[in-house]
Amino acid sequence: MSEGIRFVFRGEVREIDKIDPTLSVLRWLREVEGASGTKEGCAEGDCGACTVVLGELVDGSMQYRAVNACIQFMPTLHGKQLITVEDLASPDGALHPVQKAMVETSGSQCGFCTPGFVMSMFAMKVSEGRPSRDRINDVLAGNLCRCTGYGPIIEASEKMYDAGPETAFLEEEKRVVALLEGLSSDAMVETADKGRRYFAPARVDDLARVYTDNPDAVIVAGATDVGLWVTKMHKDLGTVIYLGRVKELKEMRVASGYLEIGAGVSYTDAWDEIKKHYPDFGELIRRIGSTQVRNAGTIGGNVANGSPIGDTPPALIAAGARLVLRKGEERREIDLESFFIDYGKQDRGIGEFVEMVKLPLPKAGSKFRSYKISKRFDQDISAACGAFMADIEKGQVKDIRICFGGMAGTPARAKHTEAALIGKTWDEETVKTAMAEMVKDYNPLTDMRASEAYRAKVARNLLYKFFVETSQVGEKVNTRVVGDRELAHV
Amino acid sequence: MSDRTMANEKNNAGIIQGGVHQNHLHDSAHKHVSGTAIYIDDLPELPGCLQVYIGMSEKPHAKIKSIDVSAARKAEGVACVLTADDIPGINDYSPVMGDDPIFANELVEYVGQSMFAVAADSIDNARAAASLVKVDYEELPAILTIEEALEKESYVLSPNEMKRGDSATALERAENRLKDRILIGGQDHFYLEGHIALAIPGEDDDVLVHSSTQHPSEVQHNVAKALGVSDHCVTIEIRRMGGGFGGKESQPALFASVAAMVAKKTGKAAKVRLDRDDDMEMTGKRHDFIMDYDVGFDASGRIEGIEFIQACRAGNSADLTGAIADRAMFHADNAYYLENVTIKSYRCKTNTVSNTAFRGFGGPQGVVGIERVIDAIANHLGKDPLEIRKVNFYGTTDRNVTPYYMTVEDNVIHELVVELEADADYAARRADIRAFNENSPFVKKGIALTPVKFGISFTTTFLNQAGALVHVYTDGSVHLNHGGTEMGQGLYTKVAQVVAEEFQIDNNRVKITATNTGKVPNTSATAASSGADMNGMAAQAAARTIRNRLTDFAAQKFQVKADEVRWLPGRIQVGAEEMTFPDLVKQAYLARISLSSTGYYATPKIHYDAQKMQGRPFYYFAYGAAVTEVEVDTLTGEYKVMRTDILHDVGKSLNPTIDLGQVEGAYIQGVGWLTTEELVWHPSGKLWTHAPSTYKIPACSDRAPEFNVRLWDKGKNAEETIYRSKAVGEPPLMLGVSALMALSDAVASVGGYKIHPGLNAPATPERVLDAVDRVREAAAG
Ligand SMILES: Cc1cc2nc3c(=O)[nH]c(=O)nc-3n(C[C@@H](O)[C@@H](O)[C@H](O)COP(=O)(O)OP(=O)(O)OC[C@H]3O[C@@H](n4cnc5c(N)ncnc54)[C@H](O)[C@@H]3O)c2cc1C
Ligand code: FES
Ligand code: FES
Repeated sequence: MSEGIRFVFRGEVREIDKIDPTLSVLRWLREVEGASGTKEGCAEGDCGACTVVLGELVDGSMQYRAVNACIQFMPTLHGKQLITVEDLASPDGALHPVQKAMVETSGSQCGFCTPGFVMSMFAMKVSEGRPSRDRINDVLAGNLCRCTGYGPIIEASEKMYDAGPETAFLEEEKRVVALLEGLSSDAMVETADKGRRYFAPARVDDLARVYTDNPDAVIVAGATDVGLWVTKMHKDLGTVIYLGRVKELKEMRVASGYLEIGAGVSYTDAWDEIKKHYPDFGELIRRIGSTQVRNAGTIGGNVANGSPIGDTPPALIAAGARLVLRKGEERREIDLESFFIDYGKQDRGIGEFVEMVKLPLPKAGSKFRSYKISKRFDQDISAACGAFMADIEKGQVKDIRICFGGMAGTPARAKHTEAALIGKTWDEETVKTAMAEMVKDYNPLTDMRASEAYRAKVARNLLYKFFVETSQVGEKVNTRVVGDRELAHV
Repeated sequence: MSDRTMANEKNNAGIIQGGVHQNHLHDSAHKHVSGTAIYIDDLPELPGCLQVYIGMSEKPHAKIKSIDVSAARKAEGVACVLTADDIPGINDYSPVMGDDPIFANELVEYVGQSMFAVAADSIDNARAAASLVKVDYEELPAILTIEEALEKESYVLSPNEMKRGDSATALERAENRLKDRILIGGQDHFYLEGHIALAIPGEDDDVLVHSSTQHPSEVQHNVAKALGVSDHCVTIEIRRMGGGFGGKESQPALFASVAAMVAKKTGKAAKVRLDRDDDMEMTGKRHDFIMDYDVGFDASGRIEGIEFIQACRAGNSADLTGAIADRAMFHADNAYYLENVTIKSYRCKTNTVSNTAFRGFGGPQGVVGIERVIDAIANHLGKDPLEIRKVNFYGTTDRNVTPYYMTVEDNVIHELVVELEADADYAARRADIRAFNENSPFVKKGIALTPVKFGISFTTTFLNQAGALVHVYTDGSVHLNHGGTEMGQGLYTKVAQVVAEEFQIDNNRVKITATNTGKVPNTSATAASSGADMNGMAAQAAARTIRNRLTDFAAQKFQVKADEVRWLPGRIQVGAEEMTFPDLVKQAYLARISLSSTGYYATPKIHYDAQKMQGRPFYYFAYGAAVTEVEVDTLTGEYKVMRTDILHDVGKSLNPTIDLGQVEGAYIQGVGWLTTEELVWHPSGKLWTHAPSTYKIPACSDRAPEFNVRLWDKGKNAEETIYRSKAVGEPPLMLGVSALMALSDAVASVGGYKIHPGLNAPATPERVLDAVDRVREAAAG
């Protein structure tokens, strides 16, 4: 066990022995450190004004990721490097190429969003090569600018690459790597402040133990839900157990027909692997939150949170995913579908946590699609999210699984609709009949995202879209206005 | 995409660096990108600085039977709790009408209305204490929609009418006639920096308030009024805002007043900083409108008579609604000649937050109204809407008088539109789109070109005045101050360019300083796009006074005529002598010449009779046009803007890069308003979309992959504005209307373009899908 947290900040190891487990990185920067370059625009992960970059040693090399400082908790920085906008310019005041490009293209007007953009762009520049416009859109989806209309920022995101590699930064990196290596350990990290306790185990067995001992604790994975309980609902979470250090939960592997995704795997890390097997699920992940949210958030958390509007459960359920739960030494495996009992109620016992999500590999010839409907394409919560998995053999529906989020109190299968399709010819008439059945499956609500009528209608139409996309012969018609349009035809 | 990269701005002998018409960088750009630009929340806090939380009404309409703050007063860390009873002066922060209480006293009129404030050692303690306050409400029936308000004749101000010609007769006689109702949604400003005020108590009755405001003078007056002290006791300062867009015109007075009262009561610095949710719930937005129209037109689509009923949601108080609703009336014509026209305006009082200024100030809603009418006419006649637009454009020599009897003297809309039409290849693309739609059963494309003509000046004539203060120090460095505020629009930079030009010195010799009511008094809001027009002129006047003194001094000293003193880039030629600006300044100082001056400007020519709604409310008009192309998924109503082409007239631009930024940003903001930005109220009267998780402004990918934008190179202000430039803040917002009309065009395709989709704004995917289904059903008969 090690008391207190250690992280690299401003080139040195910062040691803090006692810290409020749910103090946000943003508040610490602004209110404790007096580092006011990082801004608060929303305190809920949606605007990106607070974007900072975390450096982390992964398999021996540094990985840099942008996250929202407003919803990340301080102790989760342990063992990482925190990079903020103040770190970019060189000591003599010369601007970093990202900053220079933003100045030269007039990428700032009021400037309040700018530090956040600079950090998102910086994370991209140190991690990947010249981006396409689509890639820029994805990298910047979590940074809102109300002034510029984005044009100059997009231009700067290209132009900054003209400056070439990050020589100075990479030089400094060597030193940071040594510092971070010094901090790496398998011991549990603990800290506490005013009676609130924080545990960050590094091994899953330690996690199982500490959670059994503290069954009232709140589990935190990426904090992209939990963070908001603190910043928006102003809740006192009491004891917190952080999963982000647990090695076993960060693993992902293909085994006996399943892609096994550890509960601590971020969207960003799961993305490529999922896309490989389910291209359209990959497209769905691209549209979950933003780069910052995907860098922190996990599929495990999306499931465990139990929300009826989480985007991965419908896709996972349609694909027939299973869930591995663990309590102490005991494990059990269930169909993910049965995990969602009712609104706000999941099949998870006291002291039990999600260990992994098992996504079956698709059968040859089966068709999978997922569709996310929201007001804005990027970084929006679904009004409805539908996923379809069908085995069509010789024009007959052998099997079909349809699951929607946003249509009921839980992610829910469309059983009546499925029944109207199974065993039938995969043609327009069958599909129209099945669409009419959907009223029996869902009784959606009206809220700020959409009306009941729209939800019902769009859900029906998505079945039709799935049919169109999977039944076309000859020249393919376009059915999509965003993303990789070819995904409609794979 | 245009290359925004700066031209090399070397100070060669020929030209100063950062003078007018140059692509001079925003003065704070290097600070923005490095996190060193200081916003109010970044100012170091004084020891003991209190954090203030404002307690809000939970009911849309209720009598307050009692407010019990006793538990809050005793709570941890609390320094003081203020209610209406604790206000030393007058309980009002309204801009005009005296109807905005700082703390609701007996009555609450919207969810989110300020009722009390708790100041504590931390915001967490202040918020926690506020939750202990017990309010006993007696609920009253609430009016939550414009329709209800119209029905109950609930208004904040009496209805208004503008009339020219005989619309009733023209309508009766017209060959074709259409009537419809248009819904136009509101819009949250979503400045990235929320409202904030930091008050620092001074001696006697003095207080300094750092306020994120576009209108320091009004904040000053309101703070003084709340404290019950004279205006001269209160100083308001603002270096920069993290965005304003009109949202920080009248409303900052509330937060500044609360902060100032806490500071004076406790003797400690006090900060009011709203978090995003509180900001969105407590503060007003763009007015949503219901518009009914009745239009008569001939076979060519020319409008013969038209009647509009414009009803807007003022919210619980008047705020600036009068002028906003007026401006909607002034822009009901947009760029079109309306011979016989009647416009009625209703300013509805509802139990929702009081709506306020927002970029365009009612103008955009007026423009959406008439553009919808044009599209309906086009669909009815089976013609290209652009053809109908052209048929109705204002003339240059005849058909050029507005419904408010102002002659349009500077009309360039034909020329500009024809140029854009060619640039954007409108006709060919429109034909291609029709062909595409024939063969694409689910994804439909649409295209539209819409113009904008926007009147520049405050329609409240006396507001069209500005002041500036320029000091020259003995080393030749210049200190510049004026009444305009910087919210990202580049005003400070432009005004500094003007001053640099006047003295023929490099821009970096001109120090831009925070707007401060102690330096330049009695200023108007930085609003109505007038910032550079007015403050540029005032600063020029101040600089010119000093320059003239220097010229006279040099002429006298070197025994030459005044016109032999020539101001060249970086130097002054005095007869045979040549000297630098600092040299001349030093000599003038030693000769006891004043090196400081104020400057003042009042916009000429304008006059307006508010009773009759006639006159010349505007000094001139700004023009522009945009073509937007969209793709719509007719199964889901989702859509994407694929291409944008903009041509906009900023006159002779003071700073093309900054102006381009304004044009692009405004267009995107306009598109957001009309597409994804939907304000939804819960049936209980609470705003349901009070954070970016639910209120969706455009993101990066919402910008069209192909985006061509150009400032009109023929542009030149017909009036003698500052270097013949034109205002740019608001007009381009209305370029976004082309996106709404392009969506309408795409939807119309499912009915063979014969049925007008009647697509309301914001055109969310839900609204688009509904319109698709409606058109399909109507087409099927
Ligand atoms: C700006 C923003 C945008 C978003 N957009 C989307 C979106 O488009 N689509 C979408 O679906 N979601 C979206 N979300 C929510 C999404 O990010 C979360 O649901 C995320 O997947 C949760 O993962 P996490 O690791 O952050 O979980 P946390 O926030 O750390 O935890 C979430 C919940 O799960 C519990 N938990 C986490 N891991 C475990 C475990 N292993 N065992 C037991 N309990 C556990 C926690 O106790 C908590 O109750 C968004 C969030 C934000 C802030
Ligand atoms: S402050 Fe908006 S994302 Fe963090
Ligand atoms: S520059 Fe103002 S929000 Fe981006």
